[in-house]
Amino acid sequence: MPISSPRQSAKAFPHSFYVRIYETMLKIRKVEEKIADMVSSGEIVCPCHLCTGQEAVATGVCAVLRKDDWVFSTHRSHGHYIAKGGDIKSMMAELLGKSTGCSRGRGGSMHLADPEIGLPGSSAIVAGTIPLAVGTALAFKLQQTDSVAVAFFGDGAVCEGVFYESVNFAALHKLPIIFICENNLYSTHMPISECLANPRIYRKASLFGIEGKVIDGNDVLMVYETADKAVKKARAGKGPTLIECLTYRWLGHVGPSNDLDKGLRSKREVERWMRKCPIKRFEKYFADNNILTEADLASIQKRVQKQVKDAVDFARNSSYPEEGSLLKNVFKEECR
Amino acid sequence: MKALNEALYQLMEKDERVVLIGQGVTSPWYVGGTCDGLRDRFGTSRVIDTPVSENAVTGVATGMALAGMRPILVHPRMDFMYLAMDQIANHAANWHYMFGGQLSVPITIWAIINRGGEQAAQHAQALQAVFMHIPGLKVVMPSSPCSAKGLLVASVLDNNPVVYIDDRWLYDIEEEVKDELYCVPIGKALVIKKGRHATIVSASYMTVIAEKAARRLAGDGIDVEVIDLLSLKPLDEETIVSSARKTGRVLVMDGGWRTCGVAAEISAILSEKAFNYLKAPVSRLSLPDAPAPASRVLEATYYPDEKTVVAAVKKLVKRDVTNGL
Repeated sequence: MPISSPRQSAKAFPHSFYVRIYETMLKIRKVEEKIADMVSSGEIVCPCHLCTGQEAVATGVCAVLRKDDWVFSTHRSHGHYIAKGGDIKSMMAELLGKSTGCSRGRGGSMHLADPEIGLPGSSAIVAGTIPLAVGTALAFKLQQTDSVAVAFFGDGAVCEGVFYESVNFAALHKLPIIFICENNLYSTHMPISECLANPRIYRKASLFGIEGKVIDGNDVLMVYETADKAVKKARAGKGPTLIECLTYRWLGHVGPSNDLDKGLRSKREVERWMRKCPIKRFEKYFADNNILTEADLASIQKRVQKQVKDAVDFARNSSYPEEGSLLKNVFKEECR
Repeated sequence: MKALNEALYQLMEKDERVVLIGQGVTSPWYVGGTCDGLRDRFGTSRVIDTPVSENAVTGVATGMALAGMRPILVHPRMDFMYLAMDQIANHAANWHYMFGGQLSVPITIWAIINRGGEQAAQHAQALQAVFMHIPGLKVVMPSSPCSAKGLLVASVLDNNPVVYIDDRWLYDIEEEVKDELYCVPIGKALVIKKGRHATIVSASYMTVIAEKAARRLAGDGIDVEVIDLLSLKPLDEETIVSSARKTGRVLVMDGGWRTCGVAAEISAILSEKAFNYLKAPVSRLSLPDAPAPASRVLEATYYPDEKTVVAAVKKLVKRDVTNGL
């Protein structure tokens, strides 16, 4: 299967940068593959929305960010969590509903969080976190920090009214936020072209007088460079940017099936996008430009495989929350 | 009204994390003078008037709370809060639990019941029961200038989302209010009048009517105890139940609709915890299960007043009255 090449990046990055980016994308891929198996075998019960094929967006964007920049995620949150620096041990434990999970077994796959790394949470309500991200951007502005907020959302979220309300508010107040639309072409089972009268999502930005861009979301360096410009702009107090990243989820809306059996999309379409695999394209880019060697890649792959195995072992060996803790944390009791 | 203005001023003066955000915070008719002078003192960055985007603005305030601020979010007409239900119920209320207690949402959602004046069904609603139903939210309702100030302060100091509901009909009441910042504790009801023959449980403007009715009933020899709930969630079950055990007769008043309302919940609690002490079935006085009408004649029938309360209590204690109490 021929692999499409990424656009040549004009800029040369240090070796460690390429390693970090490649390792993150690979980690997301391998974790999702493992989860798919564990869902199939019935070991994982909570609904898992896998992001296989979309790794470049989360990776490219988060590589630009600092720990004190906040990212809000969606029901398809695994990639964002990993790319922002989340510990995959606590992530796998969360998926198994264990007390060592990143949300202490209260959230499951759709509600991953680690405020320490700048991931305050993920919401299963489509577009639900967009105004939250705008609110943190407003807080950052009032607190006079140069942190930025990032709202990740899918193409389906653009059908929600709160998206428009939120972008308007952010534009009105020139807030330090980047709206990242991961356009994987489908809103659950429906092609986005059947949901939006104008499916060119980046154009919505001009409604609010902010910059909107559409990019190849499977080209990790392009994602990185575009996000980098937007983040620098936001830090400088120059307001929000909407970036539409064109990508594709190899699997169906939820779970390990590719939805081909349900007649929701064609095999040809899936295969066409698999040829645009962001990881394979990055590997080809390395080979074409003599960046990372086969041996480099092999050692990264080995490291990632071990991390995934360790994470699964950790999750399996962890205990479930105690039944008596059911009503804990409905309210935060101690007052300031 | 002045008590609220003073509380807002002092809270913002004391803690720069406190911001006031919402529709009409600079509009004189929306928030009835409660926000006067705040923008001049604290500027546009801490007194943020917003577009009519209830859901997004509620999310924005929730996001600010996650990021360390203490926002007071105003919904000047509670009816419009349906548009913000996703951010309130799915996000603000769930956030602390859903992520295992990592972050909390210290937001005060100031909801104003803006009824009467022939405003009809969409400018009238009292939705306390809706918010009381949702885990993760606290719900408070002041009944006087003193409780208005103290509960607002307590709400802002609380680490959880608190829905602070006040009724515009309370805004003209005047009384002496302490100058300094003070808290009326959330979760504690107050017995504002002791009595032997029956208990009235009420909140917000219903307490004002209950007090007046109690005075009138005293003239007829009926000695009523009046409880001002102040907090609907957490609910001070102990105060309600112990009064019910003492008087054996309870009228529960609520300014919301009857079905699945606050009065229904309290009646159920009394049935569970005071059943053997009750001398009569618990009686409810709520709004009828109908939207608010416009016409003044219908409006006057729709909302309970002092006379309705007097009649309800007399009915409740009837047997005793005929037996000479």
